Amino acid sequence: MSDHDVLSLTNIHKAFGGVVAIEDFSLNLKAGEVVALVGDNGAGKSTLIKIISGVYSPTSGDILLDGQKTDFRDASAARANGVEVVYQDLALADQQPVYMNMFLGRELTKGPLKLLDKARMRQETQELVDELDVRIPSASSTISDLSGGQRQGIAIARATHWASKLVLLDEPTAALGVAETARVEALIEQLKAKDLAILIISHSLDQVFRLSDRICVLRRGKQIGVRDTKSTDKNEIVSMITGVA
Amino acid sequence: MTRVSSRLQGLDFQQAVVYFGFLAIFLFFAVTLYDDGFLTQRNLTNIVLQTAPATIMAVGLVFALSAGEIDLSFGSIVAVSALSCAVALQSFPMPVGVLVGLGVGVAIGAFNGVLVAYLKLPSFLVTLATMGLFAGIARSMTNLRSVPVMNDTFTGLFGSGKLFTVPSLVIWTCLGVGIGHLIYRHTRFGAHVLATGDNPRAAQVSGIKVARVRLYVLMICGGCAGLAGLLYAGRLQAAKYTLGESDLMTVIAAVIVGGTALNGGKGSVVGALLGSLLMGMLNNGLILMNLKVSDQMIVRGLIILIAVAVSLRDTSR
Ligand SMILES: Nc1ncnc2c1ncn2[C@@H]1O[C@H](COP(=O)(O)OP(=O)(O)OP(=O)(O)O)[C@@H](O)[C@H]1O
Ligand SMILES: [Mg+2]
Repeated sequence: MSDHDVLSLTNIHKAFGGVVAIEDFSLNLKAGEVVALVGDNGAGKSTLIKIISGVYSPTSGDILLDGQKTDFRDASAARANGVEVVYQDLALADQQPVYMNMFLGRELTKGPLKLLDKARMRQETQELVDELDVRIPSASSTISDLSGGQRQGIAIARATHWASKLVLLDEPTAALGVAETARVEALIEQLKAKDLAILIISHSLDQVFRLSDRICVLRRGKQIGVRDTKSTDKNEIVSMITGVA
Repeated sequence: MTRVSSRLQGLDFQQAVVYFGFLAIFLFFAVTLYDDGFLTQRNLTNIVLQTAPATIMAVGLVFALSAGEIDLSFGSIVAVSALSCAVALQSFPMPVGVLVGLGVGVAIGAFNGVLVAYLKLPSFLVTLATMGLFAGIARSMTNLRSVPVMNDTFTGLFGSGKLFTVPSLVIWTCLGVGIGHLIYRHTRFGAHVLATGDNPRAAQVSGIKVARVRLYVLMICGGCAGLAGLLYAGRLQAAKYTLGESDLMTVIAAVIVGGTALNGGKGSVVGALLGSLLMGMLNNGLILMNLKVSDQMIVRGLIILIAVAVSLRDTSR
């Protein structure tokens, strides 16, 4: 874990019309660090991730990436700056093959006519899923023929492939069984080992305690507090989430 | 080897249906209408010539449907483009007429596209409205009169001409399908069209300019309809408001039978060609059978219904 901040959020505020979704949120994230974002349904977790990734822009507040103030106009600007997101509702194109999803929006081309280089995309995808041990029939499989766990594996593999700084994961194991969850958690450990900064949303406190270095609690858009995972316990986190002491 | 097996996987039931349907209908007519001359080279060539405009429209429609949009107005665009071109040819040289015809098609497509992509109106309603709008404009343009096309270069290029014994309409069909297929399957734009129709949100967060894709596919539809208008004008040596009027059902059926999904994300340009030829064969066969026009319509409607039902059947359920 190095000690410079990959991401730093200061006084982030977000309102949708009159509804305040996030008020006064601040957090710093270092390379190789996993921070878990927890809170009940509607607490504002997904909104926060969408703010960081440029889907929404904050009503006020600053986002710094590697110390540089950023104001991503859209999600592709964030991607171009090494920020990858695994969305809660998987952002995969179901009827396309795995390799096209892996390169969605960044397709490889060849030759003067800039024709798609499908062979290379297929090959690079195969290498990637092999390396990460995502078990799918082939890089040419259609997404809709895969299981939920395999799809999630693809989404995370894509994030791994393209992220150079920060990976944001919104409930990456919500729909998965025990074995698939363990696989995804192993993938996240690999991301951490690659010195990426990771922000993960999860409703599973067991998972949060397994994976994270720090835990940040949101309740109805308010930042309740940040704890070092080693020096807190589930009871404390639960009471922070619910507001019941 | 992996290439072959992935090819085979890609050739799923819905895409394969058109090949079998094509063969089945071809064989059926070949046997039953043998004495009526179905199999003669002249008749077969005729089928291809007659379907050329519909095939070009079908190529455009594959792009629109694959992006999750639809164009119902292409028939009206055909008439307006053909008439504009014919009028232009009365006082200007051939290239001007061609540019006017194609330009009008692309412009109407862009009009549809802007309403759909940037005003976020559903393409079904937009093009339903513009279908009526431009059908009316086509009627009023020349007061229902047909406009003769006397420019020989034009009628040669877009109608009766030949290049090394290959009829120009066959060449246009090959060009339209070939270029369409190349763009659809082998360019980033084609991939973005598919992704946009498949999951617009995923496309958006992946940096694909979804609105621009929607605009472009409707412009492609308009441009293809414009070219179809030129082909009609060239072959018939005249333009009239009725051109393209009856193509809506045939072209949509051709595209669906050819394996393109109605709700986006999947399709085939080559399939659309086969679908279009299949529709042409059907037309031709029913005429050779000496059916009354009303009976032709009934039989054709039923066969299209069966063909579409079979090709839309979801085998995974
Ligand atoms: N686009 C939007 N327009 C208006 N309100 C929104 C919008 N997106 C989110 N909200 C509101 O902001 C609040 C936070 O929503 P958010 O999706 O961030 O919750 P969450 O913590 O991710 O919940 P969950 O655990 O259920 O995923 C909710 O009250 C929601 O209704
Ligand atoms: Mg959420």
